[in-house]
Amino acid sequence: MKVAITSTGNSPDSMIDSRFGRCSYFVIYDTENQSTEYIPNPNRDSIEGAGPASVELVASKGVTKVISGEFGAKVKSIFDQLQVQLIMINSQDKSISDIIQLLNNQH
Amino acid sequence: MKIAVASGKGGTGKTLISTNLFRTLELEKAELSLVDCDAEEPNVSQFITGNLKGVNPVMSNIPEIDEERCSFCGRCHEYCNYHAIVFLPTAGYTKVISELCHDCGACIIACPDNAIKLNERQLGLITSFDSNDHSEIIEGCISVGVYSPVPVIKEAIKSAIKETVILDSPPGISCPFVATTTRADYIILVTEPTPFGLNDLKLAAETLTRLNKKFGVIVNRAGLGNREVYQWFEENKIPLLLEIPFDREIARTYSQGKLITDELPGYRKAFSGLINKIISLNTL
Repeated sequence: MKVAITSTGNSPDSMIDSRFGRCSYFVIYDTENQSTEYIPNPNRDSIEGAGPASVELVASKGVTKVISGEFGAKVKSIFDQLQVQLIMINSQDKSISDIIQLLNNQH
Repeated sequence: MKIAVASGKGGTGKTLISTNLFRTLELEKAELSLVDCDAEEPNVSQFITGNLKGVNPVMSNIPEIDEERCSFCGRCHEYCNYHAIVFLPTAGYTKVISELCHDCGACIIACPDNAIKLNERQLGLITSFDSNDHSEIIEGCISVGVYSPVPVIKEAIKSAIKETVILDSPPGISCPFVATTTRADYIILVTEPTPFGLNDLKLAAETLTRLNKKFGVIVNRAGLGNREVYQWFEENKIPLLLEIPFDREIARTYSQGKLITDELPGYRKAFSGLINKIISLNTL
């Protein structure tokens, strides 16, 4: 299963980015082979439509779960239609490696 | 001639100026329209109304993609400059996000499959009142959930046909401000003599300079704050059109939905002088 996590930087020590559409990086984590890919978010400084464009980016990677601080209304409805699960993490002091660990413990 | 009353900062007194300027000119028998361009929260009609003349909807066309006909070529997605089309060929998913659509029509031209049809959506209403036989009020108001007031602002201004038109601008310096001020011949910027007032006035002045627009400034609540805003006028040769004092009576009159040119002595003359000043500055 592939999971997208919004990140403030491009390393496992980076903190989760609380914004979805305008986060700094997307981390695509594959729970099968435990690989990670860091993608700089090209929509970060979009004037408008950052959310839907970011949905397109992560959905094209085949993720079935997305972890971020919050999701806007437009984004939620598209993810719902694509049957992608959204997980909101409120605390901003979780690093990418913390979240990956939580995902691994789950399975 | 079209005069926009605008400001960077909100709450500086745009509506105070535009409604009182309107009343003054109306009493001088000018053929006059006052357009409330603050379509996200119009309030001119709380001060001046009249006989309802008409209510007209502003419509827009929102594309809808028929997934049965769509061959998932992606051309509509490529043509759309506003990220309004989500296109995921692997998931067999393509949809229009209506809130982001600017009704430009590019996707219709792009589609080779004839898979896009248009649905009408109401963006807002233009309401007009006759204040008397030679002056009118036009109010633009967007529908709840509409993303941008710009199309409604454009339509509201277009429907004002009198010789002199006053545009009560939305606050800020983003698209709604630009949509209003680009359609004006002269802009009155309203500020207050405070650091916040000056900061946002500078931003508005910079924007108007780039738009190549003539403008002057009214200082409202004069006597508050400091002298910095006046120094800035001098340094940049910006005309000071009028000062309105910081006065409890003005606040009282305004909060009752009344006009200071009707209720308090001296203001009608001040506003009458204002228009002459603008005409002489504008023809220079």
